[in-house]
Amino acid sequence: MQFLNGITLLLVYQLVGEVTVRLFGLPIPGPVLGMVLLFLTLVIRKRSSASLDTAANGLLSHLSLLFVPAGVGMMVYFSRILEEWLPIALSLVLGTAITMVVTAGAMLATQKLLTRGQRRDG
Amino acid sequence: MVETDLTKIWVYLSASPLLGLTVTLVAYLAAHRLYVLANQNPLLNPVITAILMLIAFLKLTGTSYEDYFAGGQFVHFLLGPATVALAVPLYQQFSRLRAVLVPVVVALLVGVVVGAVSSITIAWLFGASPETQLSLAPKSVTAPVAMGISEQIGGIPSLTAVLVVVTGILGALMGTRLFALLRIRDDRVKGIAMGVAAHGIGTARAFHVSPVMGAFSGLAMALSAFATSALLPWLVDCLRSVYGGWL
Repeated sequence: MQFLNGITLLLVYQLVGEVTVRLFGLPIPGPVLGMVLLFLTLVIRKRSSASLDTAANGLLSHLSLLFVPAGVGMMVYFSRILEEWLPIALSLVLGTAITMVVTAGAMLATQKLLTRGQRRDG
Repeated sequence: MVETDLTKIWVYLSASPLLGLTVTLVAYLAAHRLYVLANQNPLLNPVITAILMLIAFLKLTGTSYEDYFAGGQFVHFLLGPATVALAVPLYQQFSRLRAVLVPVVVALLVGVVVGAVSSITIAWLFGASPETQLSLAPKSVTAPVAMGISEQIGGIPSLTAVLVVVTGILGALMGTRLFALLRIRDDRVKGIAMGVAAHGIGTARAFHVSPVMGAFSGLAMALSAFATSALLPWLVDCLRSVYGGWL
């Protein structure tokens, strides 16, 4: 019953997100808005519920599984991927590595700047 | 006789979503067992093993992707509620997040811009077609969002879905090594970088490392979905004017 309550709540938030996005022509996907709305609800209520925790943990602990059907779609684009394998591979590998390093670097640098600023103020 | 009976059964199975759904779950469970048996070697990431097993199965049985997806869509559908569910770990880490709010926002904006520009530029430099470049642009964002963005900017949404999955696997593979190499120890920083670069698959990997890294990765994935949907159409226009007719 708990899992059912939780998953229903998640679906309701997703539905509200999807409807709102379409109603106002927002450029973000419905589930993302649903997540933001659920997060705001939790912040306002100041607590989560056991059923929501159960459903969320159940879904998130098998997050990898959910990407499998989309990934199998690779078979449809086999010839295109083979033809352009070099730019695709380089863009994927280098692009991902660069993004990761730069993001981590930007966060560390900002943290350092802020603590230095605080120290000067104090 | 036996052959015709088997053919009849196969005709029934291949027309029913039951087969696609069942093989997806069986392949994933087998891939996951393999991953655990190999001491969680990142090269045996269950997503990639399961995908390869399923492609081999579909090729061997001559099943089309559309027929497979009639069953696979039930798993695919859960990406939506799973995205909403990210609000829960996010809320649990809220107090930790507040302490690093400004660095997180800065890292996020920088990461989103650098991610899109680097992937388009590298693909352009090495001669990818314009559709492929545009399909690569949202590769670091979670699949359902990336597909929407890809369509909006003129890429091929289903090619984007595949590139997104491969990006996630690469990020999950490279992440922990890169962080060790660069001596980054803060799980919050690692999580943010993982989520911005490798969305849900990176987040799944991050949850294996620690709950803090997982929650921050989930947060980064959610916020970068927001930022990328808002920024990418505009960024592509800027790059178009720089690279001329190539995009």
